[in-house]
Amino acid sequence: MKVLKELWESLTDSLEELGSVVRFLLRMIVLIPASVLRFELIAAQIWNAGALSLVIIMLSGLFVGMVLGLQGFQLLQRFGSEEALGVAAAIGLVKELGPVVTALLFAGRAGTALASELGLMRATDQLSAMEMMAVDPIKHVVVPRFLGGVIAMPLLAAIFSVIGIYGAQLIGVQIMGVDSGSFWSQMRAGVSLSDIDEGIVKSAIFGVACSLIAVYEGYYATPTAAGVGRATTRTVVTSAVVVLFLDYLLTAAFL
Amino acid sequence: MAIPRGRVTAIMGPSGTGKTTLLRLITGQLRADSGTIEVAGQNMRTIRRNGLYELRRRMGMLFQNGALLTDLSVFENVAFPLREHTDLPDRLIRQLVLTKLQAVGLRGAADLMPSELSGGMSRRVALARAIVMDPEILIYDEPFVGLDPISMGVIVRLIRRLNDTLGLTSIVVSHDVEEISTVADKVFLLSGGKVVAKGTPQELRSYPSEIVRQFVGGLADGPVPFHYPAPDYFGELLAPGDDS
Repeated sequence: MKVLKELWESLTDSLEELGSVVRFLLRMIVLIPASVLRFELIAAQIWNAGALSLVIIMLSGLFVGMVLGLQGFQLLQRFGSEEALGVAAAIGLVKELGPVVTALLFAGRAGTALASELGLMRATDQLSAMEMMAVDPIKHVVVPRFLGGVIAMPLLAAIFSVIGIYGAQLIGVQIMGVDSGSFWSQMRAGVSLSDIDEGIVKSAIFGVACSLIAVYEGYYATPTAAGVGRATTRTVVTSAVVVLFLDYLLTAAFL
Repeated sequence: MAIPRGRVTAIMGPSGTGKTTLLRLITGQLRADSGTIEVAGQNMRTIRRNGLYELRRRMGMLFQNGALLTDLSVFENVAFPLREHTDLPDRLIRQLVLTKLQAVGLRGAADLMPSELSGGMSRRVALARAIVMDPEILIYDEPFVGLDPISMGVIVRLIRRLNDTLGLTSIVVSHDVEEISTVADKVFLLSGGKVVAKGTPQELRSYPSEIVRQFVGGLADGPVPFHYPAPDYFGELLAPGDDS
């Protein structure tokens, strides 16, 4: 009985949490039009979340592409179809690895930065001070950060995929000796626009999810050192689980 | 409780008696469960969000640690309310900000970042920011905590001077008896969530009440006990521990 009661309580707690996340999202959506008028605030956050994540995204993209080139080559060689390496790597990157790995890296690099920044602003009364100056902190601080993440994510995922394809080519064509012509021509023939669309939609949705989780956790962080630390950890963990879960749902939906 | 217009009113009391809560109620950061609070004729319990923001433009608040926005310079911090609420040209904003910084003696620090300021300096910058919109009410949350005697004297004099020259209504929450008696016109002493004494600082010194005498005299024991409620001392010391 006690176990059942605890299960029920944790279920209602999670639902309550989900409800307050949705309410937070709606409150932000209402404020988006007013926020867009102050584009310089959003641009600064695109720089923060996007440009400053570029190095880690590009480096990871290169290595993921190289692994894909190596593994794909080994596998395809067994069936004598190494030329299909191009299309295999491209589809894998554009539809799956690009959006998912970018989102995971984004949560680790930009999400944690957002959550701890907002948490510390709360802890040092900066958010209350804004409220006392009749400036809505959600409009002025939270929404620009959220939009910055939402805009940056698809761009980062696209860059990740491009660099990844280059990495696969580097191993497959330059080192393993796959024919360059068939590598690229099969890729061009095999990747359709709908594959690209799937990647873009996925990364856009992951962008909303990761940015929302980061700003929510940061904004409602307990204003202590331990509280901000917990908010940062929760941002990464929740983002990772939510991204992988959404990835399954979206993949199933696109089939 | 009635807070008189144009005066410096102090709200004092031991830690944990609800001073900060009272401030948050006055500023509308919290809503009262019962009772009424009126600020400039507005009922803070029923006020709408827009009305509250409208009212807050007529209020300034100095937070305990200053609460400066850490990603903006001193100048931009003071300019922040002006940039958010007015369409004034840059030239005029510059002049307004510099005059307010001059008033707190920090015009020379305009280009510094908040991380480069000492505790007393960031509180003075925050004070400049609180008065930049020319408020009618200025609220200080523990303005003397953690300051050296020089900075403390500066803040005390600023509170008095700003109140008199700008015609403000000032509310100071504090537990520093010395500083308050030099700056306040009227004092409310809270204890356990209730007003236990009110009057001028001089009247409070000879107030016929145990709690007031303990607070004003800084006595370690009295109605506010030295010991946190605990079971009998010897009984607890002699009790068998968990591992025996």
